[in-house]
Amino acid sequence: MIEVSHLTKRYGAHVAVSDLSFTIEKGGITGFLGPNGAGKSTTMNMIAGCLGPSEGTVRVGGFDVLGEPMKAREKIGYLPELPPLYADMTPREYLNFVAQARRVPRAKLAQETERAMERTRLCDVADRLIANLSKGYRQRVGIAQALLGDPEVVLLDEPTVGLDPQQIIEIRELIRDLGREHTVLLSSHILSEVQVVCDRIIILARGKLAASDTAEHLEALLSGGAPVRVLLRADETAAREALEGLAQVESASFSPEGDGCTRVELTPESGADVREAIFYRCAETRTPILEMGQSRASLEDVFLELTADDPGARGDSYDGDSHDGTPGDGRPGDRTPEGEKPEEAPPEETEVIL
Amino acid sequence: MRAIMKRELAAAFRGMTGYLFSAFLLLFAGIYTMAYNLSGVYANFEYVLDAIAFLYLIEVPILTMRQLAEEKRQKTDLLLYSLPIRLSDVVLGKYLAMLAVLLAPCAVLALYPLLLTRFGAVPLATAYGALAGFYLLGACLLSVGLFISSLTESQVASAVLTLAALLILYFMSALASFVPAEAFASLIALIALVALFAFALYRLSRNPIVAIGAGLLGAGGLCAWYAADSAAFAGLFGRIMEQLSVFERFYGFVDGVFDLTSVVYDLSIIGVFLFLTVQSLEKRRWSE
Repeated sequence: MIEVSHLTKRYGAHVAVSDLSFTIEKGGITGFLGPNGAGKSTTMNMIAGCLGPSEGTVRVGGFDVLGEPMKAREKIGYLPELPPLYADMTPREYLNFVAQARRVPRAKLAQETERAMERTRLCDVADRLIANLSKGYRQRVGIAQALLGDPEVVLLDEPTVGLDPQQIIEIRELIRDLGREHTVLLSSHILSEVQVVCDRIIILARGKLAASDTAEHLEALLSGGAPVRVLLRADETAAREALEGLAQVESASFSPEGDGCTRVELTPESGADVREAIFYRCAETRTPILEMGQSRASLEDVFLELTADDPGARGDSYDGDSHDGTPGDGRPGDRTPEGEKPEEAPPEETEVIL
Repeated sequence: MRAIMKRELAAAFRGMTGYLFSAFLLLFAGIYTMAYNLSGVYANFEYVLDAIAFLYLIEVPILTMRQLAEEKRQKTDLLLYSLPIRLSDVVLGKYLAMLAVLLAPCAVLALYPLLLTRFGAVPLATAYGALAGFYLLGACLLSVGLFISSLTESQVASAVLTLAALLILYFMSALASFVPAEAFASLIALIALVALFAFALYRLSRNPIVAIGAGLLGAGGLCAWYAADSAAFAGLFGRIMEQLSVFERFYGFVDGVFDLTSVVYDLSIIGVFLFLTVQSLEKRRWSE
C-alpha cells in the first residue's frame, strides 16, 4: 500500500532522513517509532505529499505521490503533528469543508461528516468553535478530518500527544478500530503505545531505518539468544564437567564465586530453550543448582539498542524479513530480569519517553 | 476550489474583516459623495472614486495579510498540501473569495449614481466605467497582497510589506517625474532593473548560470539598443514607470476613457501575481 524507496531529505547540510526504504502492506496498523528528531514527521510529511523529498520516491496505492499527486492524495488521510484546524470554524463546518475539498459527493456530504464525528465522538461539540475546544477534542477533530472520504491509508503523526490517560485509551481504541478497514501508519515516540496498538513496527533512528518487523519478532530476536545464567554449588572443574558440551549451546563461560560456587553463563542457539536440559544434566551429575535465570529482552531494550547514540554500537540495520545473522552481540549487559511482558500492557504503565 | 472559496468567504464574514472592509470603504465614499456631489453639486460620481482610491492602501493589506501567512503560522497549510486539490485551485479560491468581499461595497457604490440622478443629469457611463476601473484596481492590488502574504508567515510583516508595495505603486507616477530624463540615466536604471530581475531569478531557481545568462542577455540587449538609438532612451524609464502604475491606469477610467489596454494590463498583473503566488507555495513544499 505504501512503498517508500531510497527516501532522503536534506535541509542544507543536515540530513533529516537518509536513504529510507520500506513497504507497508494493505491493512493493519504500522507503528513508526523513533526518538525525537529521528525524522518521523519529515517522513510522514513526505508520504503525505506535503514535503518534497531530496531523493527517492513514495508510492501510495500504486501512485507516485509526486508524479500523480491527486490520485495518491485521494487515498491518504493525514493528521500532521499539529492538527491543521481553522479555529474560527466549528468542527461540523470544518469537516464539511475538508469533505468538500476531498471531493465527497454533495449528497453524501452531511452523512460523511456525521460518520466521521460519530467515530471520533465529536457529536457533543459539533457546533462549538474549534478555538474553544480542549486539546483532546481538537486532536479528535484532526483525526476525524483524516477519515473523511474514507481514504485507504491513514497517516497519524503522534496522535496521542498531550492527551490525558482516558483520552489516550479512547484514541488508541479508535486507532485499533481503524486498523480493521484502513492501512494505518502511526508515528510515536512512546514505545508502549506502539507495542499495544501496532501489528508491525518500523524503528527509525537518526533518519535511518533501524528495524522493521512485528513486535513479537523484535522481542524474540533478542530473547531467543539470551544467555541463561546458572549458579552451581560446585567448583569450576565440576561445573565444567557437568555443563560443558550441552546440546544447542553456542558458548559457555565459567567463573568461580565464593563458597565453592561457580557462576555459569550459557548462550543458547537462537530460539533454543536449554533450561530443562541444564536441569537434567545437573541432576544426573548431582550438581546442585542454586539459581537459574534467563534475561529476556523487552521491546524497550531493542528500541534503546537500535536507537543508541553511538552509531557503531550495532552493525547494519536489522530487517526482519531477512532472518540471518546472530543478534544479541554487543548488547548492553544490563537487562530486565526474567518476567513475561504482558501482551496488553496498560497504557499508563512502562511509558518510556525517549 | 469552490470549497476553499466558500471557506474563505465564510471566514471573512464570520469575523469582522469583511464587514470592516465594506464599512470603511462606504464611510469614506459617503463622506466624499456628500462633499463632492451633494454639497459641491458636481454631477460626476467618478470624482468620489478617484478620491477614495487611496483607501486601498489600508484596506488591501487588511484583507490579504491573513490569507497565506496565517495558514503557514498555524500549520494549516499542511492540510492544503495534503488535500487532493491543486495549489492553483487553493490560490484561485482564496483570490475569488477576496474579489467577492470587494464586490460587496462596490455593489453598494453602484447605487450612488442612480440615487444622484434624482437631483439632475449624471453621466452614468463614466460613473460606471470608473467604478469598473475602481474594482479592477482593487483586484490588481489584492493579487499583489496575496503574493506578499505567501512570502512570509507573519501577518504583520505581510501587512507592512504590502503597504510598502502599494505605496510605491501609488506614488509611482509622481516619482516618475523626478526620474532624470537623460537617455544614459534611463539605460543605467533599466540595467539595474535587469540585474534585480536576474537576482530574483537566481533566488527562485538557484541556478547561477541561468540567472547570470538572463542578466547578461538583458543588459547586452539594452546596451545594443542604446548604441543603435540612444534618443529612444530619453525619458524612457520615467515613461515605463508611468505605464506600469496601476493607479495611473485607474485615473484613465476616471477621466472617462474606458481603455481596453488598461483592462488587459490589469488582468495580466493579476495573472502574473497569482502565478507567482502558486509558485511561492509550491516552493514551500520543497524547502520549508
